Amino acid sequence: MKASNGDSGRPLLEVEDLSVTYEGRSGLFSGQADGVRAVKGVSFKVERGTTVGLVGESGSGKSTLGKAILKMAPVISGSVRFDGDEISGMNEGAFRPYRRRIQTIFQDPYASMNPRMTVASIVAEPLLVHEKGMAKREREDRVVALLEKVGLSGDALRRYPHQFSGGQRQRICIARALSAQPEFIICDECVSALDVSVQAQIVNLLQDIQQELGITYLFIAHDLAVVEHISQDVLVMSQGELVEQASAEDLYASPQHDYTKRLLGAVPRMPTILRSTALN
Amino acid sequence: MLLDVQNLRVSFRSREGDNPAVRGVSFSLAEGETLAIVGESGSGKSVTSMALTQLLPEAPLCQVDGKVLLNGRDVLCLKGKELRAIRGKEISYIFQEPSTSLNPYFTVGGQIAEAIKLHRPEVKDVGAEVVALLDQVGIRDAEARRSDYPHQMSGGMKQRVMIAIALACRPRLLVADEPTTALDVTIEAQIIELLRDLRQRLGMSIILITHNFGIVDGFADKVAVMFRGEIVESGDAEEILANPRHPYTRALIRCIPKLGERCDRLPVVDHAKIDEEVAALA
Repeated sequence: MKASNGDSGRPLLEVEDLSVTYEGRSGLFSGQADGVRAVKGVSFKVERGTTVGLVGESGSGKSTLGKAILKMAPVISGSVRFDGDEISGMNEGAFRPYRRRIQTIFQDPYASMNPRMTVASIVAEPLLVHEKGMAKREREDRVVALLEKVGLSGDALRRYPHQFSGGQRQRICIARALSAQPEFIICDECVSALDVSVQAQIVNLLQDIQQELGITYLFIAHDLAVVEHISQDVLVMSQGELVEQASAEDLYASPQHDYTKRLLGAVPRMPTILRSTALN
Repeated sequence: MLLDVQNLRVSFRSREGDNPAVRGVSFSLAEGETLAIVGESGSGKSVTSMALTQLLPEAPLCQVDGKVLLNGRDVLCLKGKELRAIRGKEISYIFQEPSTSLNPYFTVGGQIAEAIKLHRPEVKDVGAEVVALLDQVGIRDAEARRSDYPHQMSGGMKQRVMIAIALACRPRLLVADEPTTALDVTIEAQIIELLRDLRQRLGMSIILITHNFGIVDGFADKVAVMFRGEIVESGDAEEILANPRHPYTRALIRCIPKLGERCDRLPVVDHAKIDEEVAALA
């Protein structure tokens, strides 16, 4: 048994030559269709306590890559090592503990919460699954502390998801992800649907949490400006392949691949705002 | 002046009482001009745009006061046939989520044709007009794509179809309510480019509703910043972007992450702090 938080110096996540293929249709009535290779031979590492950004357009395979790490997409070859353990070949039972250690936050917070559950039960649910022995009292205290950490007050407990704004809902999702005390969080477009002003709050919150708890992020997004802000290293994905990986500074200062240059070119240029001196 | 909105007020009635969403908003727009209404969610910008053609629920659920003068005629007083002649034909809309605006049961070509038949009965060859419109919004192979269903298209393509439907009526004013918020940055850039090109070619006016000052810069001629149902700052776009005066405008511009300007924390829009600053200015 390995220590779950061993600081061994090796990367927390190592992905090697990973390929994912979604099966084509081959049923009796549906005719034949070829499979889609959504991820093609991707390799990268994520160091403990850092944030790696993953950018690309929709359809580039970035979400599939995130799902493949969680064994939610059909991996056909390659390996995924988490904290040194090969997890891609594991059966569901053996993988269970890793479902606690790796959490996800998705783009649409409303779609990822049960509208009939109160915030208290939503945030407590991972504890019921992963820490069955926990006393009720302790669990309730943990939920209150988590909500406080993400900037929500205690009166949120008895309310339902529809009673919150988009930004507040995303805070609830973050609290739920944190309740399992994970080491690694996959943020799949988790700020893309929010107003810029709310986006800034959530990005800051994620960074505060990282500083406090040392959590590692894979930050998937299509907006390079946000990714550049939050990440140390950035992976650029196009049509299932990693076309470029570099530190955030280098990627912006000297993009190598044409696709990266195109993504950078698509960020609003803001000629007047950037020239303006009134804001500094 | 194409559009002159005077002291527009909208309030929604609920069991708890009246909730004012728009509190006395005035702005105007000339032919061919682009106005951006910028604010956070809940600031009243979408409600303002929907009030322009009476798209809000009727009284007593919703109370709308003020004047919306379109070429001098008050749209808020119109009813039935007269109102329908304004909707689509004079003022057309595109919304944030193209998939919810399109009917999944009909082909995109059919939905564009519907708008043409309704608003321009004089058009003889509707099919040719559909193809021409799809072409105009930059959908390649328009002849074949017109028989696609919405689910066969990407988000960017669907938004192009929505723009084609809006243009089918040859409106003089296009209201684009968060047209790119649900789209990737690359697609967002393409849609903004398309709107820029169409505006120039067709000479129509645009009201762009957005929360993101980033896409306003270089696109809009005029800006109105909305905060809690009021316009707190308005005027020439370049002037406001270069030299924003209201604390809310400044906060909204500051919070946009800027490429190549790494900072420890992103500035946020802090309403309490804005209230303090406003009080200090007064």
